[in-house]
Amino acid sequence: MRFAEKIIESLCVSTRQPMPGGIKPPDYKQETLRSRLMPTPIPEELILPLAQHGNSRSRPLVKPGDKVLKYQAIACSDVTGIVDLHAPTSGIVLAIENFPIPSPVDKESKCILLKKDGLDAEIDHNTLANYRSLSYLELIKLIEQAGIFGLGGAEYPSRLKLKSGKNKKIKLLIINAVECEPYITADEALLREKAQFVVQGAEILQAACMAEHCVIVIESNKADAIKALEQTQLNSSIELFKIAAKYPTGSEKQLIQAVTSKEVPSGKYPTDIGILMHNAGTAYAVYQAVIEGKPCISRITTLAGGSLKTPKNFEALIGTPIDYLLNLCGLNQQTHTMTLMGGPLMGVKLARTDVPILKTTNCIIAASEDKFPPASIELACIRCGFCADVCPASLLPQQLYLYAKCQNFSELISHGLNDCIECGACAYVCPSNIPLIQYYRASKDELASQLENKISSEQWKQRFQHHQYRVKKDKEARRDPKRRETIKPTELTLKISPPIFSREAAKKEIAAAVVRVRKRKAQFIASSGGENTETDK
Amino acid sequence: MEAFIENQFVRFVLLISTAVFLAYRLLLVSKYLCKEYLKQKSMVDRINSYLPQTQCGRCGYKGCLPYAHAISQGDMINKCPPGGISTILNLVELLNEPGLRLNPAHGVFQPPLTAVIREEECIGCTKCIQACPVDAILGAPKLMHTVITDECTGCDLCIEPCPVDCIDLVLLPTSSPRYWLNPIIQNSRFNTLETN
Repeated sequence: MRFAEKIIESLCVSTRQPMPGGIKPPDYKQETLRSRLMPTPIPEELILPLAQHGNSRSRPLVKPGDKVLKYQAIACSDVTGIVDLHAPTSGIVLAIENFPIPSPVDKESKCILLKKDGLDAEIDHNTLANYRSLSYLELIKLIEQAGIFGLGGAEYPSRLKLKSGKNKKIKLLIINAVECEPYITADEALLREKAQFVVQGAEILQAACMAEHCVIVIESNKADAIKALEQTQLNSSIELFKIAAKYPTGSEKQLIQAVTSKEVPSGKYPTDIGILMHNAGTAYAVYQAVIEGKPCISRITTLAGGSLKTPKNFEALIGTPIDYLLNLCGLNQQTHTMTLMGGPLMGVKLARTDVPILKTTNCIIAASEDKFPPASIELACIRCGFCADVCPASLLPQQLYLYAKCQNFSELISHGLNDCIECGACAYVCPSNIPLIQYYRASKDELASQLENKISSEQWKQRFQHHQYRVKKDKEARRDPKRRETIKPTELTLKISPPIFSREAAKKEIAAAVVRVRKRKAQFIASSGGENTETDK
Repeated sequence: MEAFIENQFVRFVLLISTAVFLAYRLLLVSKYLCKEYLKQKSMVDRINSYLPQTQCGRCGYKGCLPYAHAISQGDMINKCPPGGISTILNLVELLNEPGLRLNPAHGVFQPPLTAVIREEECIGCTKCIQACPVDAILGAPKLMHTVITDECTGCDLCIEPCPVDCIDLVLLPTSSPRYWLNPIIQNSRFNTLETN
């Protein structure tokens, strides 16, 4: 009850910012909002990476040559067996091979290559008129089957988020419609045109996680979206909460702080303080999954940047190649300098553009030189402290920078590197042009690989101990004449071995192998000029 | 006085007190020894926890635990190529020893590799199975062998015994890819070690 009062109280004060720090960069959002949200034409070939979500492993459910229908399940998680990928259109599976995927380095991953047949024939799917007749478990199951990931960019499967609330009582469900990063307008475009579906999706999410209250949070400068929301949410219990535009309020923990004045403790999840957050795009996908019975096969992506003639928002199918979308917007090759996936502050520079749209791709920026000049020379840190003023997580970026530079990992952890959300506000204000985020990301990577090494070395240690134990036992067994009799070949091995191997055949095989090896060695020596004798044992 | 010592009761008391005194000393000594032993053991364990556990034997010992034992007895700390500079730094911190560069006599640092058997060429001799320190190779006499990739430490002990050279060491992609490189790899601690 006290909590509800608090929300209402905070609703009265329409704009307040308990979030520390933050910056106000120019947002450049108007260009992409000029045109309406439109579905893209279906490209000839779709590339569907099996690993949509971070380091998840999926296995394909189809074979090359199979015909698939729209909405058909084509891949499921390797561990849980839950379907996480559906065919965005009908067509033929051409191949399941390694293709380049979006990444700052040239990286490949296993993908399903789907060629459209142009019919766009759908598989049967059930529509549902009233979701209220379903229990929350049935709702979670429906969401689970639709392969919905957090469409905000965190790649976290929505079902896990909903399930995590099962044991802990959720008091407040926040639908995050705050898009604080410049250029990105995907959620705003969605709310402007499909506000009623988002609100319905929010209601379903509230029922699925049994939250007491639900608020949609939006920045106060998004007038069109607010108007659309106010018109639709009249007859619903969901409240609208407006906050001042400031970067990075759209981040999960920072938004919770801005809305409720509560801080999520370091290393904990929002569910630990009774709050759950979902993105507005996720709410729309949930509406489609539950009411219309359509799994998640498309997402709203902003195409922006100075090199595009007509920047706009697309409802793009998952797997659409990025260069196809860029060409639809009229890409100017002369001014195009680089492609960013994500916003200008947090996004990653793509190594190539023939990569597909993922479920988490909210923005593609075709940068031109006037807005994205080449990186300036990194100067020495003058310890001005601007970065500490703008850090939304109340960290000390200048200290983290020093420790990252000398790779002092224990100090990095004690200074809260893991609480850094990599928002880039510190690098934005830095007068010395230090690529601070790069340092933090590199350190986080290093820490992750150290942890991985530790886990595998523990495993190897145990296996080594087992090995020594086994060798000891074997030796004892050989010494013991009684045991020796029991080690004689059993019936099973006798049955298998004689027909497959005869001694002469084996000798021939060995001789052939030796000849092969000699040949290869001779070739090797010939190719390296006989200098390298180390491998020639 | 003699009569006093002759007294049965007094003699009994003296005997008991001597026995108690000796027992107490014995207890102290055993406690000390026990403590020393545990200290030694925990030291070996701690050193071992910093070693990479590849069990490759490049240090000259038959595995990481024996090498950890040797270090605790005063052996050099720079004999472990798979651990690289980070193992040496950790050991420097743990043992309060001066920093040293990796001894090139034992090999050079390289990223962790994984052994893969070219299965069509394997003749099933089991020699690699006997050489593998972590039992990561599966197979039976005269039947094809294969490496359990997740368990392979990349120690390269199986390469040499193979009579047909059908084992390769390859770099497999890890589950956590490394995207980001440190803008300037200017490791101050590393630099101080270079000058030593």
